[in-house]
Amino acid sequence: MKALLVILLTSILVDNFVLSKFLGICPFLGVSKNLNTAMGMSVAVIFVMLLSTAITWPIHTFVLVPLGVGFLVTLVFILSIAALVQFVETILKKAMPPLYKALGIYLPLITTNCAVLGVTILNIDQKYDFLQSMFNSLGVGVGFMLALFLFAGVRSRVDKADVPKFLKGLPITLIAASLVSLSFFGFKGMIEKLFG
Amino acid sequence: MAETKRSWISEITKGFVKENPVLRLILGTCPTLAVTTSVENGIGMGIAATFVLIGSNVAISALRKFIPDKVRIPAYITIIAGFVTVVQLLLKAFVPSLDKALGIFIPLIVVNCIILARAEMFANKNPVGASALDGLGMGIGFTSALIVMGAIREAIGNGTILGYPLPVIQSGGMIEPILILILPPGGFFVFGILVATAQRLSEGIDRRAVARGLKKARLAPAGNAPTAEDCAACGLGCASSVVAEASASPADDPKPAADAASPEGGEDR
Repeated sequence: MKALLVILLTSILVDNFVLSKFLGICPFLGVSKNLNTAMGMSVAVIFVMLLSTAITWPIHTFVLVPLGVGFLVTLVFILSIAALVQFVETILKKAMPPLYKALGIYLPLITTNCAVLGVTILNIDQKYDFLQSMFNSLGVGVGFMLALFLFAGVRSRVDKADVPKFLKGLPITLIAASLVSLSFFGFKGMIEKLFG
Repeated sequence: MAETKRSWISEITKGFVKENPVLRLILGTCPTLAVTTSVENGIGMGIAATFVLIGSNVAISALRKFIPDKVRIPAYITIIAGFVTVVQLLLKAFVPSLDKALGIFIPLIVVNCIILARAEMFANKNPVGASALDGLGMGIGFTSALIVMGAIREAIGNGTILGYPLPVIQSGGMIEPILILILPPGGFFVFGILVATAQRLSEGIDRRAVARGLKKARLAPAGNAPTAEDCAACGLGCASSVVAEASASPADDPKPAADAASPEGGEDR
């Protein structure tokens, strides 16, 4: 249980995917303009991350490894994630239209979001078991949400600020991201302090 | 003859400055930020991505008449993933240290926006030769951006270039190395400054071209080239187009063709 908690907290705060591992930068910069899109995107990311971990981990353990084709991980994972997202989209549309309305537009964007493929491959690289993988994916997703929310707040203020012409637009956004990322340094060492 | 030669050269050179994938089109930000803690990593990542770019561009361009339009994105992803696996195995076998340094970002070349974008925007419309050159040019543009960024971060953050110590920037020397630059916040910061510089430079080039009255057409593609937040724009563009589509067609009766097309359009992230 303690191990799971460590994994969860580490992936949310210490090794935040966006701010310290640089995965999922595109959606981070793209949908952080307002809180509503940030909300929809991050819920969809958490959802897809959990589902794709639930699919890819068994595929790796029970199909790829016994067959001795572990090197096909990248190929198989990206295709299964793409197929899964398509599948989920179709099901949601038929079975749960309100949920589809809320998440639907974000789902196709997520297929090739590098954070999703990243988390599934990292779970394999770290040799996590199934439960640990699920917790790691949950943590990564929540971390993504946290980063996106914080940054949406920062960004709405930056947009109103009087920025030098040279830095207008994307550059100042990146510099703001740099400061948000700096603030996450405060969490370094937290895990050791808490769990020894 | 001269004409074709020039256009071949422009096929390569457009990737350097005008359509530099990283600094002008803002594609492939994740690896750019993550691996540029040193020049060596930047070069390694650049070469790996260039190899995949050329390979997938050639394969996609050669198969462009056979791949049905509806399943083209999954087909492209499969081709790209194939090349990425090749690179992964080669790196593991011959430069294990680099493989370790780049880590997760080697398999993640699959979802690098640059590669899918070139496949979608160039390789599926152009012959094999031009696509190979386009891949090479874009690859060099990507690599050079990574090298510039890696050089700045390594020099100021660590006081070395390619592992050789710089006499000026040393602890106890004239300037202390600023460690933060090789940490994640430094990545965002240096990238922000570089994007701003690239924007300024290409604005200058356009203005001069206009002043000379030369190649007025040049302004058009440059103006077209998304200056900022392309990745974002692409994501949001997709999202908003899907929204528009969803709201245009009443809930239960969407055109199947449009439906099949929209998720695929969105997959270019």
